[in-house]
Amino acid sequence: MSVSMTETEARARGARDDKAERAKLTVKDFKGQVDPDWCPGCGDFGVLSALKQAIVELGLQPHEVMTVSGIGCSSNLPGYINAYGMHTLHGRALAVATGAQLANHELKIIATGGDGDGYGIGGNHFLHCMRRNVDLTYIVMNNQIYGLTTGQISPTSVKGMKTKSTPFGSVENPINPIPLAIAGGATYVARGYTGHVKHLAELIKGGIQHKGFALIDAFSPCVTYNHDNSHEFFKQRTRMLADMGHDPTDFNAAMEKAYMWGEVIPIGLFWKRDDLPSLDQLEPVLADGGPLARRPLGVPPEIAQALIRELM
Amino acid sequence: MSRFDLAIAIGGAAGQGIATPGDILARIFVRRGLHLNAYNAYQSIIRGGHIFLTLRTSDQPVLSFGDNIDILIPLNQDTMNRHLRLMKAGSAVLYNSDKIKPTTVAEGVQLCPFSVKELAPALKGDLVQNTIALGVVLRLIGVEFKILEDILFYQFKRKGDAAIAENVGVARAGYDHAGAHFKPFPFVLPDTGRKLAFFEGNQALAMGGAAAGVRFYCAYPMSPASGVLHWMARHGRQLGIMVRQVEDEIGVINMAIGAAHTGCRAMCATSGGGFALMSEALGSAAMMEIPVVCINVQRAGPATGVPTKTEQGDLLQVMGAGQGDYPRIIVAPTTIPDCFKTVPQLFNLVDKFQCPGIVISDLLLSEGRASVDAAELDFNVPIDRGEVIGLNGAALPPDDGYKRYQITASGISPRALPGTPGYVHVVATDEHDQEGVLISDEFTSANKRQAIHEKRMRKMEGVMPLLEPPGMFGPVDAEVTLIGWGSTQGVIREAVQKLGDEEGIVANHLQIKWLVPLHAEAIVSILSRSKKTIIVENNYSGQFARYLRSETSIVADGHIRKYDGEPFMPHHIVDGVKAILAGATRKYVPVHEIMV
Ligand SMILES: Cc1ncc(C[n+]2csc(CCOP(=O)(O)OP(=O)(O)O)c2C)c(N)n1
Ligand code: SF4
Ligand SMILES: [Mg+2]
Repeated sequence: MSVSMTETEARARGARDDKAERAKLTVKDFKGQVDPDWCPGCGDFGVLSALKQAIVELGLQPHEVMTVSGIGCSSNLPGYINAYGMHTLHGRALAVATGAQLANHELKIIATGGDGDGYGIGGNHFLHCMRRNVDLTYIVMNNQIYGLTTGQISPTSVKGMKTKSTPFGSVENPINPIPLAIAGGATYVARGYTGHVKHLAELIKGGIQHKGFALIDAFSPCVTYNHDNSHEFFKQRTRMLADMGHDPTDFNAAMEKAYMWGEVIPIGLFWKRDDLPSLDQLEPVLADGGPLARRPLGVPPEIAQALIRELM
Repeated sequence: MSRFDLAIAIGGAAGQGIATPGDILARIFVRRGLHLNAYNAYQSIIRGGHIFLTLRTSDQPVLSFGDNIDILIPLNQDTMNRHLRLMKAGSAVLYNSDKIKPTTVAEGVQLCPFSVKELAPALKGDLVQNTIALGVVLRLIGVEFKILEDILFYQFKRKGDAAIAENVGVARAGYDHAGAHFKPFPFVLPDTGRKLAFFEGNQALAMGGAAAGVRFYCAYPMSPASGVLHWMARHGRQLGIMVRQVEDEIGVINMAIGAAHTGCRAMCATSGGGFALMSEALGSAAMMEIPVVCINVQRAGPATGVPTKTEQGDLLQVMGAGQGDYPRIIVAPTTIPDCFKTVPQLFNLVDKFQCPGIVISDLLLSEGRASVDAAELDFNVPIDRGEVIGLNGAALPPDDGYKRYQITASGISPRALPGTPGYVHVVATDEHDQEGVLISDEFTSANKRQAIHEKRMRKMEGVMPLLEPPGMFGPVDAEVTLIGWGSTQGVIREAVQKLGDEEGIVANHLQIKWLVPLHAEAIVSILSRSKKTIIVENNYSGQFARYLRSETSIVADGHIRKYDGEPFMPHHIVDGVKAILAGATRKYVPVHEIMV
């Protein structure tokens, strides 16, 4: 990478901050340093392109966005998009993202990862992020399998599924992340499918715009290790909630739709509420003074004196 | 002029309110400019268990809580049974004779019974005996009543005039009762005319964090580290520190790393079990090159272990936490005031070298209390954020772009903060090249891996010259050298004095504070002049002895180890040195005679 950047590239890398002359960027400007190494046909391509579309449509600059992922095929996403990124440990994306969001609440932070990463090993962070209503957008590329580790069951694998770790069929019940998120306190709960990228991009856009914790669970088929929940499977079954007359502010209806699984699997926005403040809005330390990360260090002398007086 | 030295112990069951009279006495001491060292041996944090608080004060610095107790205040029969037998001639025992009976007592111990029923007939409750005992103590050590009256006034102010009058009344009754019936000590508690402060190790660590400019603190409660969280929670809003209680310690360290990456100074504290959960993420901070500080306040392990007891058993855990080789800086403060000073030092180092920093404390240090001269509590510490881009805006990067992990001679690559225009990059826990592109799968490259791994590890070479090297305390040609690390500095130093004064054994002392990197060459050179070496540590297997041997090939001549949950007392070390020098053993394990 020794070639010098062209002017557009420099702009794309977020060189200009002045709102008045914000560069009009296109999806191309968000191309990452390397191309994805996902298998051809992997659903994750659809999530990547939906995410870029959403960011472009919102007029965000690369330096204003940070993606935070865990580990998995899906979690490789930050390397494939031109934005700040953190590719953290398996399962830890939401914990790292929470710290980053509270420390710099001006960043648009998008956590991305897999079903194993988020609902399995990272499950505890997921629960607590939701109840805290941290202002994050969380996109789970749900392929109902562990892709990177070459095909074992995940927390969303259906009962009976045969994988390398369940050669005789899984006997466990899967997690249904949608009702879990609604009950858990997430304030924006959606499901997309990578076969409908435009629709998915709209859901992601809504999630980024939403102030609070937004979950977008995206069916993102693993063409290599999950032959049960394939593109064919989802194409036949997914139905738009909007076409079903669903009202995302109706809790009971949201729960009812969230439990639908079988011949009809709804996708779209299940649940949204705007009446709850996000964690950063509730935190008095952030009330004024801008992002914590940019504040000057040091203890004012009068406070230092008061702290010492407490000890005397 | 001989040194004034007084130790008062208050014992009882948890819930009997030992902390309050302890605090009142501590305040009385430091307000007269007397030094203080206090250690609270306790069992359960909730109701029930035995608690034994020792407060030792002197006109000279107090190195440990000592070997002797001059005044014992048993608040229940159990405490009387456990401790009276250890009281020596010249000491006094103060107790509520309505409820507590003395057991066998050595000659020359003054028993000072008082009847709560007689002295405070109108008052009920367990706490009355504490207030009366305070009155008795102060009379015995010649402190004017007014001082106690003022403190009680502040303490009961919120409860109204009646409460103040009542408490002052019973304290006065105790004071006068002592005047009429007991022999005062042959001294008056000195007043140096100055004033000192006192604090707990956990407070010192938290205040050190505040001084360093910590903006993000998070934790999951765990004894004996929770004191740091409590201080931070109480003062965070005033100081502009975001303080969070997190779902678990994995979340804690990862959250701190996220905050640190954006540019905050971020800190967290835990004990061994929580630290174990943080292992993987500490390595990730090193891999992503994010500066973060984690405090491990050790308690007796393994597993849940003994939550309320001390140990130095986590050295190997801390040094080995996480997979793979990675740069990390590990420091074990040696005194409570040193906790305050060490944290800002460590923050400057981790910011400069972009790696995790770990403070090893233990229950003794973190929950112990010590006096400090307020002038030593300088919050105006030097701050070095290292090579960081974007704290206050940034010019655009050079034409060939910004490389987050640029290979440099020092191994340090300038770190750009997210949000900075022009420096967009990805940090990864997978191995990566200079640009941050993963070389863990598709682009695997042995050459690049070696180069970037060496770059990261090379940073450690720059750390050592910035650390204060260890130094020998005491005469060079001593008969024996005692070696310790971290919290044991005070007690070892006191043992050295005792060996000289009481046993005619000339000893010197080497205490190690910076553990990683270790001043191996300096240590070899210092110890090359030692005639005999004995390593003193609060664990079973000699973790430091093994580490020292691995880094320097030094094999100590003897070992004094303690792993019963209680800290060393000076005489444990004195006895151990005598036994080892006499050739009775190479490894001495003292018995903790005090039943706590
Ligand atoms: C602590 C830890 N345990 C296990 C692994 C191995 N591992 C890597 S990715 C993964 C599962 C990935 O599944 P998922 O999150 O669903 O992502 P996908 O590959 O399906 O996109 C596992 C088990 C790891 N990297 N770290
Ligand atoms: S293994 Fe599956 S999840 Fe991973 S890249 Fe290939 S198709 Fe996608
Ligand atoms: Mg998966």
